[in-house]
Amino acid sequence: MVTMIPELCDWLSNTRLSLLIQNVSWLIPAVQSLHILSVAVVMSSMAMLDLRLMGVTARGQSLAAMAARLLPRMWIALIVLTLTGATLVIGEPARDLPNPAFQLKMAMLVAAIVLTAIIRRQIKKNEMFWEARPGSAKLAAAASLLLWVGIVVAGRWSAYV
Amino acid sequence: MLTLIREICVRLQETSLATAIRESRWLFPTIETLHVLATGLVVGTITMLDLRLLNLASRDRSVREVSAEVLPWTWASFACAAISGALLFSSDAVKYYGNLQFRAKIMLLLLSGVNTLIFELGTFRSVAAWDRGRTPLAAKLAGGLSLIFWISVVTLGRWIGFTTTLR
Repeated sequence: MVTMIPELCDWLSNTRLSLLIQNVSWLIPAVQSLHILSVAVVMSSMAMLDLRLMGVTARGQSLAAMAARLLPRMWIALIVLTLTGATLVIGEPARDLPNPAFQLKMAMLVAAIVLTAIIRRQIKKNEMFWEARPGSAKLAAAASLLLWVGIVVAGRWSAYV
Repeated sequence: MLTLIREICVRLQETSLATAIRESRWLFPTIETLHVLATGLVVGTITMLDLRLLNLASRDRSVREVSAEVLPWTWASFACAAISGALLFSSDAVKYYGNLQFRAKIMLLLLSGVNTLIFELGTFRSVAAWDRGRTPLAAKLAGGLSLIFWISVVTLGRWIGFTTTLR
């Protein structure tokens, strides 16, 4: 499986789409900037939600109301992140696919999405679910924060590895 | 005046802290990552308020409610972004000072500050009158300009990276 990666990068970087991305000089920086802006949306939404889940910020707002407000924009931002991310990987596959920091980032991303979905699902089934289980809520929130921050850190480090 | 600033930059990057950041393999990337995280929080949270001022999001909540929720985050993360940014700048002050994208970014940050000040001292004073309904033109303008400024700051910030490091 691992030995397939260099061949995959070779093949990808020679596709017409990849060549197009590589050759329009402003495309990668522009796509990266859009990627960063979308990261900002995801990060602030999750930071606010996770701290509320943890009970650190006690606003006059219910967790359910907050989640209903913040999560839809987060999912939209994630779609933009996926599209911009895919563009960047297709444009420069050798920088990302064999890079362990990038692979770690993807693994954490999957975990973060699953965790967020679980948090959301419990709120939908029972609005007071997390309110009634402060210990589990703190754990879920802490894990979520660590994962999302970890994704950004791994993303930055992949440029240096 | 300009040579004075340049002199300050030279002295700054020769300090032991700046030198340590510049010469360490991990210190610069770590501070940069903190800078990115802090900036992300600034932009993400201020966007929520800007979109409310533009009547594009959170219309069911009052402007004061949104700003009370969001601004503590914005200020705290801005402080972190400013400190980490200053540290990054110091590590190679002369080079960044001479960098066009860096200068443009600082200008936009200043403009954003002026925009915020004008809004806080002017339009926002009468917020009780338009808190729950549609926002006045001045508020929409402040929100729209803020969005444009911050998107530009992020883009220029990324561009600095492209123009100052070999990839």
